[in-house]
Formats: sequence, C-alpha cells, structure tokens
Amino acid sequence: MKVPEEPVSAASFEDLALPLFDQLYNFARWLTQDTAEAEDLVQETYTKALRGFSSFQLGTNFRAWMYRILRNSFLSSRTGLRTTVTIDGEADENLLAAESSTPESILIEQADRETVQQALAELPVPFREILLLCEVEEMSYLEISETLAIPIGTVMSRLFRARKALRDLLREKIKGGRHGV
Amino acid sequence: MACEHWSDKQGADKQSAGQLSAYLDGELDPAESGMLGAHLRECAACAADALEQVQMKRLVQMAGKRYSASPELRNRITRSIAAKPRRQAGWHWQILAVPALLLLIISQAVTFYVGRDAARRQRVYSELADLHASALASATPVDVVSTDRHTVKPWFQGKIPFSFNLPELQGSEFTLLGGRVTYLAQAPGAHLIYQVRKHEVSVFIFQDRIFGDRGEETVSSSSGPVSVLSFNVENWTQGGLRYFVVGDVAANDIDALSKLLRDAH
Repeated sequence: MKVPEEPVSAASFEDLALPLFDQLYNFARWLTQDTAEAEDLVQETYTKALRGFSSFQLGTNFRAWMYRILRNSFLSSRTGLRTTVTIDGEADENLLAAESSTPESILIEQADRETVQQALAELPVPFREILLLCEVEEMSYLEISETLAIPIGTVMSRLFRARKALRDLLREKIKGGRHGV
Repeated sequence: MACEHWSDKQGADKQSAGQLSAYLDGELDPAESGMLGAHLRECAACAADALEQVQMKRLVQMAGKRYSASPELRNRITRSIAAKPRRQAGWHWQILAVPALLLLIISQAVTFYVGRDAARRQRVYSELADLHASALASATPVDVVSTDRHTVKPWFQGKIPFSFNLPELQGSEFTLLGGRVTYLAQAPGAHLIYQVRKHEVSVFIFQDRIFGDRGEETVSSSSGPVSVLSFNVENWTQGGLRYFVVGDVAANDIDALSKLLRDAH
C-alpha cells in the first residue's frame, strides 16, 4: 500500500500522529534493539513532532516527516552514534556488476521467520532501516528518500545492496545451521 | 537480472537489476512496467529471478512486523498529545502546551497592571496549573491508581497531615483516576485526578493555614469558577482545608465536581 501525500490542512496532530504509533514503535525497536530505548525514542519523537508541528509544511508527507524525526533522534542518541556505520562508494555502485545471482528459492524455502529476523538484526543500520521502510512500511522510493534525506538514486542502490547483504547473511546462517546439525 | 538479452535490449547503461527491483517495488512508470512485464512472461530465467525477489520481499515483510508496544506507552503518548493543536489554531494551543511558562509570564504582567494581591492569587493558580499540567504529562500521573474512593482515600494516610472525604460519583459524569501527594508552598497536600469526557480535572486539597493569615486575600474563596487562561479554577475552604478544582473543561463541569466534593462532607 503506497500512501499518497495528503494535505493536512484541517487535521490535528493527534489525528495524524496517533495512527502511526504501532509502526513507529516497531521501527524504533528494530533500530535500537532494546525495549526501553525504543520507548524513549518513540516518546521523544512524539514530543519533538508536537513541538515542531506548527512548522510542518502543508502538503508534505507527514509520515516521512515523523520517521525522519524518529531516525534523527536515534542517530543522535548514544546507541545511534555507536551503531551507525557509513556505506562507502554508495553513489558509484554499479548494479549490473553485482547482478548475476543464481535463483535461490531453496535458500528462501529454508529461511524461517526467526532466521530472517536474526539476519535483519545483524545487518548494519543503514541496510536494516531501508529494508524496513521499503518492505514493512511499504514506503515509496520518494518517501524513503524524504525520510532518509538521500537522493532517489541512492535509495535504489542502497536497497539493492541491502537486499544482497540480507541474502548473503541468510545463506551463511542456513549453511551454518546445516553444518551444526 | 539473470538473462542477457534484457540487458542488451535496454542497453548497457541501464541498470537492469535495479529495474527489476523497481518493477517489483511498484516504482516503474507504466510504459517501462509494461515492457518488463511482457519480458517476464517470455523469459523463464528472469521470471525465476523475479519470483525469488518477491519471496524475499514477503519474508522481510513478515519478519519485520515483529514488535508491539506496551499499552502503557500508548497511553502515555496518547495522554501527552491528547486534544493538542488544530493546526490553524497553533498559537492558542501552544499556550496549553506550555502553561507553566506562560502563566508565569502572564503573572509577571499582572503584577504591573492589577496589583500585588491579584498577582499573588495568580501565582497560586499558576503553580496549581503547573502541578496539574506536569502531573498529566508525567509517565505516572497518579501514584495510587484506582477509581474507588475507598482505596484512594486511605492511601493518603500517613502521607499527608490531614484527612478528607471523597464523593460518591455514581450517577455523575466524573470518574476518579487516582491520586498522588503534591506540594504547594513547601506543604504536602493531596492531588486527585478525575476524568470527565476524556478530560482530566485536578482536585488539590491543602491545609488552609499554609496560605497565611491573609489567605482570603491571597486566594479569595470564590463563589464560582475563575478562568485563568485556558484553565478554569474553583476554590473554597471547608473544615480547615482549602480545595482547588483545576482543569481545561467548561466552568459548569468544574462547578459540578466542586459541588460533589463539598457535599461529601
């Protein structure tokens, strides 16, 4: 479901922000990997958003705005500063070069929910967050680019790399699991 | 993509692997989408690739919906943003969001215009409005959580140096949410929170003597609710205790709750 950018002229902050609560918490919990920190982060997000609501631009995407506040708060938190890694050479990424992956339906059949969750949790934050925004929040590339403050081209290349990193990690986990038995 | 001829067709400068992802993410324009869709119907290799990517997307989607927040967090946040700004009325609601600060500023202004007694009265009201707002913004607005007056009243025993009666609320619009110990002018008192139509109303009870010999001047016992900015406040003295009812509800609600409390004696 791609959410259209709706004008928010007559809406109250509560009407707009409260429906996002569950998904913001899920996202915060994935970022922080900790319940208490996620709760603080969500609380902080709502407080900041409420304070900044009068400066929120009409006609811009409210959801992307909320996620951006949450993410920026996370990045400036102690955990955020510690866990964030930069991705080198992202803009130059040539997608053709990395493409010839063999179909991996066997891998996918063996990847249960728990294994995927472990792999997601182990991904670097920039990969984890973009996968969550795209697959779980079902954001459009434009929304993702607004949320992460990166160009759409970078959204595409980072998504590609994130998906590849997840596949590699899954393959590793499943092979490792098999050897372990 | 797995097959060569799609890449060839698109030219080497096209990022065809990214294009398949964009197609599956619903990001291609209709023309490109149509072409790629047609290709997938012809090419088994690309179709297998697409299937795998769709499966991966679904896996991540299922795995990603993992955590749900506690009801406490939801309540806390709902409370902290409840009944806040309609966008057009931003300035008005910001007054509610920072009542303590603004009441303080207003109370300074009042000193100049209305004189000292009124300012003193305003100061007590602004402190009470402050206590009311900060309690509601707190993660734990009440320390004893109960709708039963027979639970809440005994909870205060030994915590404050006086006792009081609470009204039976059956048949009224009010619900008791609970209570906490609070302080005004370095003296302990009871802070009770009631709810009426999703609005919280604070009832403060202190010993009357903490307001000094000139208590009547400091906080005049009014016959009806007084409006202090967005809050309505009513106060009276009864049995050596000073009662204040503070909330952002209509004056007649404040009046109704005050009456219930007075009649509890």
